[in-house]
Amino acid sequence: MTRTDRKTSFFAYIFLTIFAIVMVFPFVWMFSSSFKTSEEIYEMTVIPENPSLANYEFIFNYSMFPRWFLNSMIVAVVTTISVLFFDSLVGYTLAKYNFPGKNIIFILILSTLMIPTEMLVIPWYIMVRQLKWMETYWSIMFPGMISAFGVFLMKQFMSTIPDDLLDAARIDGVSEFGIFMRIVMPLVKPALATLAIFNFIGNWNAFLWPLIVAQTPKMYTLPVGVSYFSSENLTRWELIMTGAAVSTIPLIIFFIIFQKQIVKGIAMSGLKG
Amino acid sequence: MKKALLLLLVVSVIFAGFAGAVKITFWQYYYETKVKLVDQLIEEFEKQNPGIEVEQVTFPYENFNEKVAVSVPAGVGPDVLTLFYGWIPLYVTSGYLVPLPAAEFSAEYLSSEFFPFVSKGIEFDGAPYALPTAVRALALFWNKDLFVEAGLDPETPPTTFAELVDYAKKLTKYDDKGNIIQEGLTMQPSGQGHQWIREVLVRQVGGTPYTADNRTVLYHLTAPEALKVYTDLITKDKVGYPGFLNDDVTAFRSLKAAMTIDGSFRLGTFRPLTNLKWGVTELPSMNGVKSNFASFWAHAITTNATGEKLDASIKFLKFITSEYAQKLWLEQVGELPANPNVAAAYYDHPEYGPFLKGLEYAHATFFVDETGQRQVMMDAVDKVWIQGMDPVKAFKEAAEEDQAIIDEFWSRVE
Amino acid sequence: MKISQKRIVTAYVFLAVPLVFYIVVRFYPMIYAFWLSFTNWKLVSPKQDFVGFSNFVKLFKDKVFMTSLWNTIKYVLFGVPLVIVISLFLAATLNRVKHLQWFYRLLYVMPYITPLVAVSWVWRWIYQRPPAGILNNLLMAFGLDAQPFLTSMNQSLPAIVVTTVWVNLGYCIIIFLAGLQTIPQEYIEAAKIDGATSRQSFFKITIPLLSPITVFLVVTQSITFLRIFTQVYNMTDQGSGGPLNATKPLVLYIYQKAFRSFDMGLASSATVILFLIIMGITLVQLLVLNKRVQY
Repeated sequence: MTRTDRKTSFFAYIFLTIFAIVMVFPFVWMFSSSFKTSEEIYEMTVIPENPSLANYEFIFNYSMFPRWFLNSMIVAVVTTISVLFFDSLVGYTLAKYNFPGKNIIFILILSTLMIPTEMLVIPWYIMVRQLKWMETYWSIMFPGMISAFGVFLMKQFMSTIPDDLLDAARIDGVSEFGIFMRIVMPLVKPALATLAIFNFIGNWNAFLWPLIVAQTPKMYTLPVGVSYFSSENLTRWELIMTGAAVSTIPLIIFFIIFQKQIVKGIAMSGLKG
Repeated sequence: MKKALLLLLVVSVIFAGFAGAVKITFWQYYYETKVKLVDQLIEEFEKQNPGIEVEQVTFPYENFNEKVAVSVPAGVGPDVLTLFYGWIPLYVTSGYLVPLPAAEFSAEYLSSEFFPFVSKGIEFDGAPYALPTAVRALALFWNKDLFVEAGLDPETPPTTFAELVDYAKKLTKYDDKGNIIQEGLTMQPSGQGHQWIREVLVRQVGGTPYTADNRTVLYHLTAPEALKVYTDLITKDKVGYPGFLNDDVTAFRSLKAAMTIDGSFRLGTFRPLTNLKWGVTELPSMNGVKSNFASFWAHAITTNATGEKLDASIKFLKFITSEYAQKLWLEQVGELPANPNVAAAYYDHPEYGPFLKGLEYAHATFFVDETGQRQVMMDAVDKVWIQGMDPVKAFKEAAEEDQAIIDEFWSRVE
Repeated sequence: MKISQKRIVTAYVFLAVPLVFYIVVRFYPMIYAFWLSFTNWKLVSPKQDFVGFSNFVKLFKDKVFMTSLWNTIKYVLFGVPLVIVISLFLAATLNRVKHLQWFYRLLYVMPYITPLVAVSWVWRWIYQRPPAGILNNLLMAFGLDAQPFLTSMNQSLPAIVVTTVWVNLGYCIIIFLAGLQTIPQEYIEAAKIDGATSRQSFFKITIPLLSPITVFLVVTQSITFLRIFTQVYNMTDQGSGGPLNATKPLVLYIYQKAFRSFDMGLASSATVILFLIIMGITLVQLLVLNKRVQY
């Protein structure tokens, strides 16, 4: 390594570190505030003088956070399972079958990526009311049961599967659906993992639609709950920060476990264009 | 065959149950102490009126309006519901409410059982539509410790507006850059500030906010300086500003505001705070004029209630607005009795007294769109202190927007 | 039945549920939204008349709508260049260092995956005026004046832009980094031999080679900023997009019209406008990318 190389990389690290601090500081401040008491909340200390778990106790015992947590979990898990199944099935069918209308169907599905959710929420809301789905998990979940991006992603992966493999299975007498479930699905596990992680995060963090359709606090998801809880407790910043922390912690854990897939997934979504 | 018999049995039992009792539904927004008290009241009511069953259903405050809007026209709504008095025009014109029958609720009954501003507030097009159990008024809360710190007597709060300004200035603390670090007086139009301007300051500088038929805005003509009186506290005297520590309640409860104007419902918020030593007093007078803003939630009978249900609803409405219910409401919820006879007993109470005295000279604004009309006043204050607009001009613009909301409402109704 | 016919039937069976889903949950609602935009329907009234373009006329006469449209444009114009430039430089720097790359990448992308609602409230807390807000306390510690941030007409929108840039930075960095890693090292080496400085090779080689990715990011980020809602809803007083509508974006306007005033007709017209803008930008992307095949 030459001297100039060493010098530039030294400055590079400084530059990167400064930005890293900017990126992380809000999280630090959030956690720090969540351990403070209401007397200390306006003190500008990063490490609380009398750190206390009282805010967390309050959140778990006297708020609806546990319920919201459960709601978010149900919504995110069910939609993710549905997306994995249907997106793979559609992707597989589009990649491996020949039938009239195939291209039109693919283009139509892709074109829905251009429709902003904001445009659909009003009709969805009217649908939910007319079909009396109000206050059900289904009403929160149904718009996300299939994702067009996932179809695109799975189709790409499915087309790399050799046709011989499928034909061999057919000769062995495996049913068409059996081929999909038992042979194709295991082959695309890495893609499924990426899709699952993204879909889970997306549904866990979704705000606009749950805000509109969940009418009573009982049905709120975590983000809607955080928003509602925070506006109800505007006088208690230590509680707001604790609520924010509680809704962030699962994702930070999730992220640390799956960071490789997440980074890969983001990169993939970028290179599709 | 057995199944069919069983079904028949079940059906007949259900119908027998129905035939025996009239069942009515009561809706209110969720507020813990109110819900508990109403449960208790329902139990007593059912004991006194065998044959009537009342079911209570609650919703969060934010979507109460929408629930009503969706359910009543569909015929699945409540028979009796609790609504903010400011929503009465909207509810009546949407066809949700029936007028209170004159035979049961005569003008004499209303004037003997309720404060005068109540009967005005529940009226629409000459007919009464709802009755309150409890009412609210404004008063000035002050922090006694901060008074001592500033060298003021902690037991003598300001009584006139001039004193209020003087005290507020002494009680405001700044850092060396001139930023406020402790407010002398909270300035939060989104809280009760807009009511203070509209019904108190306007009248105190000699104006009237609206014409007697409530259809024309007058405040910018009769009291063009009223907004300036308010905004001067922010821009000239610098004793506080909207959004300091987010809002007035936070500032006061975190001991960062020395005085705040708020409603009687706030007593319950401040009472449990052990580190806050507070007192409460009547709103300061100006030019010898005392004024106050009163508001209330009231119970009304909906268009769902007909026949037997209507009779049962009338009985229930009378019961939950009775003197007995009002006393319990004060003790358990902390809101002021709507009946002057009940209120009289608490006249010298250190916490309720100032509010009750305020009720005597209080006015209730006739809102056609409470949220919209509040926003107009909030915007006016923002225009002055954020954009630097002349307060007289901002007040005039507010009046125009307010008038537009009122006109729009009446154009829909007529 | 021939095998190929059987396959066709199987394909349609597999696609049946998804096709119904796309028709019922995507296409029908979209057409319905277009239809609604030509009616005067309010959720609470049975009246639903066809009113032609009068909703659109009403929108363009509505000062608040025009403000929110203009605000939305400002979000895009301030936010997109900022996030693209910063992320490009961070990605390029990150691409140069040999150690701890994964660690920095981890820290940078964290805001992107945390719930936006939580993030918004944290930033709202950071932006508070003195004595509460940490940012103002930092400014004052450096001898600067405290700023009103979210309570100011001029600073509130940029403050929300900064938060959004902070959130989206990690996403753009990862995509740029993936793009940078596909650039053949020989190109850079060759330029070096020809005597180009590293700055020259960055501007003359790296940036042009990255341009398809840059276009992609500009478009996706523009759409993200066009659809801004959650931050504003959670960072402004009572979710109003204040002060005095200074931060109110299009989607918040739509939300308020549809779910506070229940004016479904008018709100749908506003969603149609949003849709047309997004479609326009996406088509521009396709055109630009097709022209760039030479890379």
